[in-house]
Amino acid sequence: MAPAQSTGTTRQMSMVQALNTGLRRSLESDPKVLIMGEDIGKLGGVFRVTDGLQKDFGEDRVVDTPLAESGIVGTAIGLALAGYRPVVEIQFDGFVFPAYDQIVTQLAKMHARSLGYVRLPIVIRIPFGGGIGAVEHHSESPEAYFAHTAGLRVVSCSNPVDAYWMIQQAIASDDPVIFLEPKRRYWTKAEVDTAATPGPLYDSRVVRSGDACTVVAYGPMVATCLEAAAAAAEEGRELEVIDLRSVSPLDFDTIEKSVERTGHLVVVHEAPSFLGIGAEVAATITERCFYHLQAPVLRVGGYHTPYPPSRVEEEYLPDLDRVLDAVDRSLAW
Amino acid sequence: MAVDSTDGTLFPPDSGAGPELIQLLTPEGERVEHPDYAVDLSDDEYLALYRDLVLVRRFDAEATALQRQGELGLWASLLGQEAAQIGSGRALRSNDYVFPTYREHGVAWCRGVDPLNLLGMFRGVNNGGWDPRENNFHLYTIVIGAQSLHGVGYAMGVQRDGTDTAVVTYFGDGASSQGDVNEAFTFAAVFNAPVVFFCQNNQWAISEPTERQMKVPLYRRAAGFGFPGVRVDGNDVLACLAVTRAALDRARRGEGPMLIEAFTYRMGAHTTSDDPTRYRLSAELEEWKLKDPIERLKAFLHKQGIGDPGFFADLEAESEELGKRVRNGVRTMPDPDPASMFANVYAEPHPLVERERAEFEAYHASFVDAGEDGH
Ligand SMILES: Cc1ncc(C[n+]2csc(CCOP(=O)(O)OP(=O)(O)O)c2C)c(N)n1
Ligand SMILES: [Mg+2]
Repeated sequence: MAPAQSTGTTRQMSMVQALNTGLRRSLESDPKVLIMGEDIGKLGGVFRVTDGLQKDFGEDRVVDTPLAESGIVGTAIGLALAGYRPVVEIQFDGFVFPAYDQIVTQLAKMHARSLGYVRLPIVIRIPFGGGIGAVEHHSESPEAYFAHTAGLRVVSCSNPVDAYWMIQQAIASDDPVIFLEPKRRYWTKAEVDTAATPGPLYDSRVVRSGDACTVVAYGPMVATCLEAAAAAAEEGRELEVIDLRSVSPLDFDTIEKSVERTGHLVVVHEAPSFLGIGAEVAATITERCFYHLQAPVLRVGGYHTPYPPSRVEEEYLPDLDRVLDAVDRSLAW
Repeated sequence: MAVDSTDGTLFPPDSGAGPELIQLLTPEGERVEHPDYAVDLSDDEYLALYRDLVLVRRFDAEATALQRQGELGLWASLLGQEAAQIGSGRALRSNDYVFPTYREHGVAWCRGVDPLNLLGMFRGVNNGGWDPRENNFHLYTIVIGAQSLHGVGYAMGVQRDGTDTAVVTYFGDGASSQGDVNEAFTFAAVFNAPVVFFCQNNQWAISEPTERQMKVPLYRRAAGFGFPGVRVDGNDVLACLAVTRAALDRARRGEGPMLIEAFTYRMGAHTTSDDPTRYRLSAELEEWKLKDPIERLKAFLHKQGIGDPGFFADLEAESEELGKRVRNGVRTMPDPDPASMFANVYAEPHPLVERERAEFEAYHASFVDAGEDGH
């Protein structure tokens, strides 16, 4: 492996390293920050996101928990009530559900129920999405379940730079944040300038400008849409790609401004299209941009099926061709 | 040292060597008697158990190799746990019902599940892959502990039917922390369900040692729920057989659930994705090698003069044959038709699934058409 490139405050990092470095910063800057989860200590997490943190910050701050997700989130709530800022790791997307009750009935609502007296600064990190050839329950995209619950914020990083900043911003937030990490992009690398000034956590970002069609994605699908945009550019069509970054709150303004220019919108995510984030984007943008739209908002997503076995997951996951097919259909409407 | 909360005494690091450990065959291959549990096997029965152990280990090694060769996406090895699985698996009657985790390859073997069927999920061609009713062996369950409740519910069902079926639900030491498992204990106790909780305490839940999951020996937890718990030498196939038989008989007699903690060791990595050198010492492994489940039965057979050279030669050949069948079977295992992901989502027709399937097929057909036009 090539040594990490480093110039001044800029270093090349994989998304895993960026998250690890971001977590390290948060542990250093706030003694109330705790990390807890299964196998996050000596092992450093199954994806090594917490590698070395227990060694450097001790077992009291980087806590290997018993194997019980409801227990992890439930005790994180108690720790938060006692003044701590727990960062919880759920090992894989499919294993968050034993904690779903604590997240939805307790974590999401306690601030409101206490008339605002208590705050629950808890981050729940979840490696999510498919594309790594895993067995079942290791490839799911549960974001809509959480985004549908008031009281939870739901964000997803798509690249190492965002990963580095967003994890720190999520930890600094006084609200519970579901932090979705696109596991298939864990090993992509980028230059991360640790002295830069990050943008706001909940703003979307135009990651490629264009005028033919707006393409909205988040997490793992941003890279796919950028590939699609590069392919489209070769055919003389410039797609505007927006990385949502936050699913709740959802920054409609950035999408609206783009669609006012392009008149076309395609929303892409791995999660099933039916009642997914794309449906909400489509409905709201249709309301806001009705007279600018030259075609209905189209969605590219997973199907209304269980996540399929890995040998056929490429047929389930949106890819460059499916994104371009939707763009073509929109432009030809 | 931790305080044992059951009686306030000090609970030293749990080596499993206490008098509560039920053993009928020592690591050196000596038969020992136990006041409560006994087996009386014929020579052929001993040999049959030996054959099971050897073949299951061979199958497992083959699967690990196939994963290394890229033929499987993942494999969860049972290395070291053969006796716990064969002993308990051979205690079952055909009408009994099993709820496994993802590591119960030896139990599956005893139930008559085709080993190739077990590999489909790990290769990535299906998410389950067999009809559970065919061998009364439920699908593998990956979500830790979930199946323990299904086992109890199934037991509640057969209890109502008045049959003499008993149920075994398997889980690990790590799983014993899950809410589901503790709820399963509660339900089983209050409904007196004919279920046996068979926990393979292999000392590790991925990188976490048992001390991270419990402060009392695992088997003692049962007492708090109101049913008996025992600890058996999980590397002793005879003890596992005897204890599981007794627990199943007890359940059949209407005396309710029982917890069996099979004290064993995960000799391999958690799965092929895992790197145990990051969290455990090889000295531990060396210690457990001396307690190998197959070696001790082999030593016993030799001492007793059971099994002629022909038997062992045949077994070697059979083992080779199994290896070959598994290798060929996996390599020629077809990928599923992609459209099959739309099959069986619901038992009854569902318009959204039907529409998406039609769109999916039309989309893929468009590539075929385009390809033909383009050439
Ligand atoms: C609900 C849930 N959480 C986490 C996981 C990830 N995981 C898979 S196996 C495992 C450890 C299980 O340990 P144990 O119960 O002792 O069984 P063993 O693997 O040792 O047989 C974990 C944490 C999971 N499969 N399900
Ligand atoms: Mg274990």
